[in-house]
Amino acid sequence: MASSETAPAADQRTRSLASFLRSQMRNIAPFLTLIFLSAFFAFASPSFATIDNLGNILTQVSVTGIIAVGLTFVILCAEIDLSIASIANVTGIAVAYFTLQESYVNIPNIPLPGVAAILLALLLCAALGLVNALGLTVIGIPSFIMTLAMMQIAAGISALLVRGQIAYKVPSLISTLGSGSIGGIPWIVIVAAIMLLGGHLVLTYTRFGRYVYMVGGNREAAEYSGLNVKLILSSVMVISAVCSGIGGMLGVAHFGSAQQNEFDTYLLDSIAAVVVGGTSLFGGRGGIGNTIVGLFVLGVLNNGLDHVNIDSFLKILIRGVILLAALIINVYAQHLREKAAD
Amino acid sequence: MPEGQQPILELQGITKSFGGVEALRGVDFALLPGEIHGLVGENGAGKSTLMKIIAGVHTEFSGRFLIDGQETHFRSARDAHAAGIAMVHQELSVAPDLTVAENVFLGNQPTNALGLVQWRRMAREAGEQLARFGIDVDPMSRLGDLPIGLQQLIEIARVLFSGARIVILDEPTSALSPPEVERLFTTLRRLREEGTAIVFISHFIEDILRVSDTVTVFRNGRKVAETASAATSKGALIEAMIGRGGEVLEHSYTDDLMLPRPSDSSIVLKVDQLSLARSLKDVSFEARAGEVLGIYGFMGCGQQELSRILFGKLKPDAGTLAVDGKPKTFASTAAARRAGVALVPESRRAMLFHQEPVYKNISISILDRISSLLLKPAQERDIAKRQVEQLQIRPPVVGLDLGMLSGGNQQKVALAKWLTYPPKLLVLCEPTRGMDVGAKNDVINIVRDLRAKGLAIIVLSTEPETVLSLADRILVLKRGALVREFKNEPVSKDRLLEAA
Ligand SMILES: Nc1ncnc2c1ncn2[C@@H]1O[C@H](COP(=O)(O)OP(=O)(O)OP(=O)(O)O)[C@@H](O)[C@H]1O
Ligand SMILES: [Mg+2]
Repeated sequence: MASSETAPAADQRTRSLASFLRSQMRNIAPFLTLIFLSAFFAFASPSFATIDNLGNILTQVSVTGIIAVGLTFVILCAEIDLSIASIANVTGIAVAYFTLQESYVNIPNIPLPGVAAILLALLLCAALGLVNALGLTVIGIPSFIMTLAMMQIAAGISALLVRGQIAYKVPSLISTLGSGSIGGIPWIVIVAAIMLLGGHLVLTYTRFGRYVYMVGGNREAAEYSGLNVKLILSSVMVISAVCSGIGGMLGVAHFGSAQQNEFDTYLLDSIAAVVVGGTSLFGGRGGIGNTIVGLFVLGVLNNGLDHVNIDSFLKILIRGVILLAALIINVYAQHLREKAAD
Repeated sequence: MPEGQQPILELQGITKSFGGVEALRGVDFALLPGEIHGLVGENGAGKSTLMKIIAGVHTEFSGRFLIDGQETHFRSARDAHAAGIAMVHQELSVAPDLTVAENVFLGNQPTNALGLVQWRRMAREAGEQLARFGIDVDPMSRLGDLPIGLQQLIEIARVLFSGARIVILDEPTSALSPPEVERLFTTLRRLREEGTAIVFISHFIEDILRVSDTVTVFRNGRKVAETASAATSKGALIEAMIGRGGEVLEHSYTDDLMLPRPSDSSIVLKVDQLSLARSLKDVSFEARAGEVLGIYGFMGCGQQELSRILFGKLKPDAGTLAVDGKPKTFASTAAARRAGVALVPESRRAMLFHQEPVYKNISISILDRISSLLLKPAQERDIAKRQVEQLQIRPPVVGLDLGMLSGGNQQKVALAKWLTYPPKLLVLCEPTRGMDVGAKNDVINIVRDLRAKGLAIIVLSTEPETVLSLADRILVLKRGALVREFKNEPVSKDRLLEAA
């Protein structure tokens, strides 16, 4: 008799553990992916698991990380921003445009003091973000379309500013943060870490952060709760553009040049980092913690593939396949979570 | 239960728990072909949970499950469907972005030899089916654009005509007005003649007694009584449900009720000549501090639109609003909230966050009062705990995800959102929908308390009982126009129905 009493109880416990794991799938899967990839590359290549290489990976993901902070806010609200890379590019170009270039650079630019150049560049990206915001909230254009248009507009402004040329100089503050280091740690890694931390604090501990999650979780309910949904959506679009702009300025300093189409790969990488990390494309779930894991998955993957000896064209395909797998998990985790609620 | 008939469905010793919470404890339940089986019980008693087990939604439970005497285990809702079981869920489960016709045929659209959907045939057949049920609607319109009551009717129609031999209706009448309820009952009786077994859950005990053959009472996850409807009474059922004398709790409002003299306290809301497309025509009225204004009307009479305009969710085509004498044009719901207006809409889904804990649901509308920049989770939880206690929300755990509460308890959370810092004007749409008798009584008391504190309260409902139990003054809305005002005079259910 006693055994038939305890069996169902134990059964219930394992079931509730299983349902807990299912509901946490979104956070567990990316982490397991990261561990698996790291173990794989460490095993496949002796040069992968070294302190030096860890530094490389951190530096390589920094620009993506800075851009992904803002994008996390946007995706948490169940919107998307496709203009991040273009805005990064135009902001990087703008800060160079307002800096005195060497005489051989043939751009009709407007040299200003460093602080003014930085402020103008920040103003530019904020303004572009504001245009995204107004298109989305006032006119009601879906963010996918609105930011697609902005991608072109920002690319157009970049083209007009550099006219096919390359600029090299940026204000000294930017060049320090982008390419300098302190005590052996690159400044750009520190900036990325600070921005990720800042994003996390805002999302977790502030009223605005709560609103972001609630708007993403159920927009209609947010409206019926008397939240200013349009204002919140506008803010995240501007935050995204400003983060992109900062990433763009530091990126230009990091690469050592400002030119057209320099950031094109960052669009996919940033979206991938956020989504691979497990932030829900349907909004309301995830956060900066997820984005950080996603960044590392991407960083380890990109860096690790360079350490093993495979066809460099195949690498592109492998990246694509891993992204697809992550997307499948992302959508699937949503269903699992809903099921776990039963 | 008649002797000698083989149950179509039999459950034995069903136990189901969610995490640590036991929702069902050793429940036996049998359903005969050609019977209408009523199910009653307090909010959270386990009614929906048992039905979801039958419909294959919850697949993990212990106990025996027999269909036609055969032990069965469903692995999904699809299995249950294949076995001839169809259910109308308490929470609407329609697809708002699809057309009416697609919703009617959800999952089995008629297709031609190439596998393409036959739109014209589908639209025609959907139209015919709905017409049989007295619903006149364009089958190609988007379902989400229709009033919630009509959506519910369409879902009911879909399930009733799906050919299932076991039909489960979980609070199907909560969004319907009396004429639709009558039509539903007629249809149920016809299906019973054809041998369909029907389970009918409702908090309207009178409805249950009128339409069902057998009634089962649930309390705290257990079945506490099962009797023939003819052999019991409302009072006895309520007593079994909540374990104390029931008569005092539920009026039937068939006799005249005297409305008080209109108050002459200050006017909080003044509405002048409000019009909206085809929904509202020249609506003018005022709501006063310390008064409950009831607005009664049938489904689709414009109540929903009116409430949305008051909360800044819809913009009227013409007319003005004034709060405390100041003219207002609300640009957003946030503006309305700042002006001191609060709304509890009739749909829980529209105002609650199912994946978030109860306390975040309760604090969301007042966050700016308790924190300027940084959140204060401890304080949020305290506030939520007080509300949960006051409204007796079960289970009383503020950290639980809202989706884990029973329907009636979710409704209480929707109300709790606005109570910590009471607004000037509280607009309640169907405030007692889905609540058990005890909870309804709690809501009545809460509303009276708020009235005593000087709030202006507007109650909009399609249930005469709701308006009669709460209001000091009653307006009747008919096809978008105010047609009658009851004040300082006797009123009853019949008089209201007549005016509407
Ligand atoms: N998905 C879930 N996860 C956790 N607990 C749940 C879940 N669904 C229901 N419960 C709990 O099970 C109990 C029974 O809920 P159920 O929905 O069956 O009540 P009900 O009788 O239908 O009440 P109501 O009249 O309010 O609809 C409640 O305590 C509820 O909180
Ligand atoms: Mg229920």
